[in-house]
Amino acid sequence: MEYMATAASHYDVDRFGAALPRFTPRQSDVLFVVGTISHKMAPVLKEIFDQMADPKWVVAFGVCTCTGGFYDNYATVMGIDTIIPVDVYIPGCPPRPENVLDGLMKLQAKIEKHVDRLAQKMEMAEHVSV
Amino acid sequence: MSLSEEVSKRFPDVVSQTHQKAGDETIIVRGGDGILALTRALRDDPHFAFNYLIDLTAVDYLTMGVQPRFAVVYHLFSLEKNHRLRIKVPVEESNATLPSVTSIWPAANWFEREVWDMFGIHFSGHPNLKRILMYEEFKGHALRKDYPWNKRQPLIGPVN
Amino acid sequence: MHSGKITPGTSDNLSLDQSIRMKEGTRTKNMLINVGPSHPAMHGIIRIIAELSGETIMNVDVEIGYLHRGFEKMSELGQYNHVIPYTDRLNYVSPLINNFGFCLAVEKLMEIDTPERAKYIRVIMSEISRITDHLTCVGASAMELGAMTAFLYMIKAREILWELVEDVTGARLTISYGRIGGVKADLPEGFEEKTKSAIKETRNVIREVDGLLTRNRIFVDRMKGTGKISAEDCIGYSITGPFARGSGVQFDVRKANPYLVYDRTEFEVPIGDAGDNYDRYLVRMEEMEQSMRIIEQCFAQMPPGEVQSNLEGFSVPADHMVDEAKMGRISSFAGGEAIADPTLEGSGKRFHPMIKTLAKDVSLPPKEDAYGNIEGLMNHFKMVMFGHGVKPPKGEVYFPVEGANGELGFYVVSDGTDRPYRVRVRPPCFTIMQALPILLKGGMMADLVPTFGSVNMIGGELDR
Repeated sequence: MEYMATAASHYDVDRFGAALPRFTPRQSDVLFVVGTISHKMAPVLKEIFDQMADPKWVVAFGVCTCTGGFYDNYATVMGIDTIIPVDVYIPGCPPRPENVLDGLMKLQAKIEKHVDRLAQKMEMAEHVSV
Repeated sequence: MSLSEEVSKRFPDVVSQTHQKAGDETIIVRGGDGILALTRALRDDPHFAFNYLIDLTAVDYLTMGVQPRFAVVYHLFSLEKNHRLRIKVPVEESNATLPSVTSIWPAANWFEREVWDMFGIHFSGHPNLKRILMYEEFKGHALRKDYPWNKRQPLIGPVN
Repeated sequence: MHSGKITPGTSDNLSLDQSIRMKEGTRTKNMLINVGPSHPAMHGIIRIIAELSGETIMNVDVEIGYLHRGFEKMSELGQYNHVIPYTDRLNYVSPLINNFGFCLAVEKLMEIDTPERAKYIRVIMSEISRITDHLTCVGASAMELGAMTAFLYMIKAREILWELVEDVTGARLTISYGRIGGVKADLPEGFEEKTKSAIKETRNVIREVDGLLTRNRIFVDRMKGTGKISAEDCIGYSITGPFARGSGVQFDVRKANPYLVYDRTEFEVPIGDAGDNYDRYLVRMEEMEQSMRIIEQCFAQMPPGEVQSNLEGFSVPADHMVDEAKMGRISSFAGGEAIADPTLEGSGKRFHPMIKTLAKDVSLPPKEDAYGNIEGLMNHFKMVMFGHGVKPPKGEVYFPVEGANGELGFYVVSDGTDRPYRVRVRPPCFTIMQALPILLKGGMMADLVPTFGSVNMIGGELDR
């Protein structure tokens, strides 16, 4: 629900470059896991994550995906990082759209850092081989 | 005469008790055998005309110490007469089976599947009695009082 | 091409081209398509296995349970008021209706009555929730048909209403506003004007979207005639709410079993006749207008908020009051009022009798009493310690309210202790999803999208 609100015109995630939700994992870079993941859904989530091509990032949206929230019972997964690696955690139940935008910006900063480091490594490797 | 007393007078060999506590007309039935005939009559008789099966659920009375252990609860509603009725059917743990009412109200299909999934009460004559909310590999019945609330059976991932 | 006469299918469930192909020696088999659990129709996780012959849907199997979070088990673990945050997350688009449904069920069991103003507040907030639910449903299903503009307009109206909800309860979506015996806090100042301007905005938005969609050729072609269900099937499958009303079933819990103050307000219940997606869309649009009428009437009829009490008219900062009370110096603030954090606005002693029942075994005393005198302290203790608290008498109760999708019922079984023995939610969209095969059989694959949109399946309510 809050993802829908963030994507709509009031909070507008489009201005951050994240406008297009693509519902097939093979074309996506970022996986937003929104909402509680139950044990019935967990294998499906793993499959979706496996289908994404590298480089890929995962955002855990909402406290149920971060740590399980207050649904500590027989049916829910206590945090999706027990199944797939997570890059950014956005807590809240549900997180406010401002939190979501903040999380998205953190993800963008993290990706920039990763890309910079990768570029640095490649430069150093060139240096050495020459 | 209240609605539950009327039903009890019409079906004296099926209904064992009635009450109107908290304003809800309730009848308690003797056992599972008369349920099909009773519900069919309640639906078809124009005086009762219970055409809506609003809810079908169960209660586990283990920690309350009531015998028998389970009770399956039917909530009925009549659109024309605008009255409601609750039917409680006691179910033994050793013989946890009841006839299915899907032939009377098609809505009972998923309700009975959920009762099977959560409580383990079998419904004979049900077209497709399998788990609905939990996955097939789940062992046990989650809403029973002796199933611990945090006992997980994950398909993948750690048991945390 | 083929030679010879074309005789349409030898058995009556073969289509023309199937029979042609069989004559030529090709065998065709129906295709099984798996829609979900993660799929583009943004309504939540559900798996629809459709058996297709070409584009026609032959059979549909629905698998639910991917969002099962054990609501009924969790509600047996805490006290009665602890269930309320779990009820928020049932139908998370109209959470206030769920809250109040649960509270009304327990209040019926305990035979307590809430103050008049609390009833009016509950009705106003329920109707705002109903409007947001219908806005989301129509907006999302329009978006799936390609009408992105309608979606953005509806979400804009929803944001305006959510700002109202946030003013009153503090949160947009998971509000935990109802309490057994009343509501958490009174309405803030200026709420009536804000609501009236929000209603005006929403009416504008609905009018705009009505102009965009209702006579739009593409929309009408896709929605009219698809997803048909007859009134008898609705009754047999126990379908209620706007879905059943679109098929002609005259059933609204607010009229059949009026609760709170619905019998004092005048509103109409729109009934459709064709039972297809288009009629359901029209029913929902009209219901939003009727909800706004109810809100306006409630504001006109509501009793005023503050009660003339014997407070001496001075106020004390709340932290100062707490510190003094802990040292036992209660005379310094006795009779005064606490200025608390804005999130606690409206829950002070001035407002207390109008929003919560005064029964001591049900609601927490106002904080000025809890810190100010020994009776308040004892009352507070008796309400929050484990083993004490809201203790309904032994018994069971079923209370139906009109949720945005239909009859939302709470069946509460109590064993006399402070923990619920069993809380059962009768989810309205559970029965509608059960009837999905009837709605989809014989239609095209593309009809799945508008039909599923008009079902308004909310995962939290379906799977609990």
